[in-house]
Amino acid sequence: MKVAVCVKEVPDASAPKRLDPETFRLDRGVAGALNEFDTHAIEEGLQLKDKGGEGEVVAVLMGPERAADSLRKALAIGADRAVHVSDEGLVGSDLVATSKALAKALEREGADIVLFGQQAGDSDGAVLWAAVADHLRLPVISQAASLEASDGKVKVKRQTEYGYDVIEAPVPCVVAVSDAINEPRYPSLKGIMGAKKKPRETVSLSDLGLAAEDAGEPGSRTEVYGLSDPPSRGESERIEDDGPAAAEKIVDYLSSQKLI
Amino acid sequence: MATLVYVEHHEGEPVKGSLGVLGKAAQLGDDVAAVLLGSGVEGMAEAVGRHGASRVFVADDPALEAPLPQPRVDVLATLVESEGFDNVVFGASVLASDVAAGLAARLDAGLNWDLVDLELKDGKLVGKRPALGDSVIVEVGWKNEPRLALVRSGTFEPAETGGSAEVTKVPVEIQDFSRQAVMVEQAHEESQGPSIEDADVIVAGGRGLGKSENFSLVEDLAKALGGAVAATRAVVDAGWYPYSTQVGQTGKTVSPKLYIACGISGAIQHKVGMQGSGTIVAINKDPNAPIFEYSDLAVVGDVHEIVPKLTELVREKRGS
Repeated sequence: MKVAVCVKEVPDASAPKRLDPETFRLDRGVAGALNEFDTHAIEEGLQLKDKGGEGEVVAVLMGPERAADSLRKALAIGADRAVHVSDEGLVGSDLVATSKALAKALEREGADIVLFGQQAGDSDGAVLWAAVADHLRLPVISQAASLEASDGKVKVKRQTEYGYDVIEAPVPCVVAVSDAINEPRYPSLKGIMGAKKKPRETVSLSDLGLAAEDAGEPGSRTEVYGLSDPPSRGESERIEDDGPAAAEKIVDYLSSQKLI
Repeated sequence: MATLVYVEHHEGEPVKGSLGVLGKAAQLGDDVAAVLLGSGVEGMAEAVGRHGASRVFVADDPALEAPLPQPRVDVLATLVESEGFDNVVFGASVLASDVAAGLAARLDAGLNWDLVDLELKDGKLVGKRPALGDSVIVEVGWKNEPRLALVRSGTFEPAETGGSAEVTKVPVEIQDFSRQAVMVEQAHEESQGPSIEDADVIVAGGRGLGKSENFSLVEDLAKALGGAVAATRAVVDAGWYPYSTQVGQTGKTVSPKLYIACGISGAIQHKVGMQGSGTIVAINKDPNAPIFEYSDLAVVGDVHEIVPKLTELVREKRGS
């Protein structure tokens, strides 16, 4: 079983974040970290490989040079090999441009299963897999709360607004896993040391056979105009009154707002 | 400007999120069409017409019965190209997000997601997307048509316009790879009372309730108010309450008129799912709980004492 896991570097959750006032893009000057949601996808990939008894887990990341640290972390957690899609020409890629480049990189891998985490921790995007699957012309299943692979197919329990669906698809296929699917392992000291020796490859636009006009800003179909403040909630009231008396004040408040 | 709204449905009814998006689209432009995809869905066209669509395209085919994205992308791609729609708008859901992203790839079209508003500025469509934990709004746009927009769930309220729509049948041709994922079972949780997307009042419980059994406090208050029960991610993860009730970044986004948070600290992951609510009342014993920063009424106190008393008073007042 060969599994490709798509991972992303996002700003470290503990670092203060800001948007660049010129470009309105996330300021990447702050420390980066491997998107936490993607560690669930790596874990699932490792479990699939273990259950299958053989195979390979390849971490695929698109991002600037400095994102190599996140790829190294993916290797430290247990991925066997890493592919870093990195090119100046990819800067500013939106969904469509990103999905094209990733699909090209994944085509080269020809994995049985392509895994994604359930969202990007920075943009809250939860859309990339379906676009990538469309380029690859492969079946896609998202929000996987469990994943079994056997006899050339996968069986996925998908979480939806209404409960659970069970969906099957033949491999090769694309699956986005929910963060409820597993408890990701931490990199061990041995893993961290071993990561340095694992194969890592950097691929450029020309390696992917992708034209400059299909990548980065020229290949993007969306744009950003500016920033504004969210609507404010107005003044709030506070009751500091431990005990049942607070309940009466709440009822008074709700009545005054015509909510009951 | 021709706009197509993707109308999702569940158990024979168009979902509220889609109808809300339809109402918003109707406010923005004169020519708003809707599309219904599924099996045996034509009967819903009338309700869709009442909510702002002047035309309803119906793709009715057994291949569209299961709520899977790829067959829908096939049908939509053909429809958008043949009718020349400028905008395609979706209310976000697990299914709609996959449909929108697949369509973006297929049509090489721009997709902006997680939008909390859409407006026309000098005739140009602009979407508003909250960023950095909803602390700032990014104004986003599209370089060319068709423009695909995915609206955060629960953003717009449906509005009945009382109109009726002209119904057009759409041919259904599904590609081979789109048929490969197959639904083998659907186990939907039976929910009691209104679902959290539809409820005007939501009472939500968090870890501050102490244990799973104490959710009855929240349930009783919700019942007294005629509302629905929601839960935080922490308590869903702990197995206290079903995932279908989870509000937040990895759950649902809700915007009831009244949201009462019981024993919820209000981490950012929860905030993004409920801060669009009309009035937020939070009860928490920690005076520094982050939820108080975005509550209209902050009650510092013990949920175990306050909530039962509150339920009693609400029952008296409403006679429920």
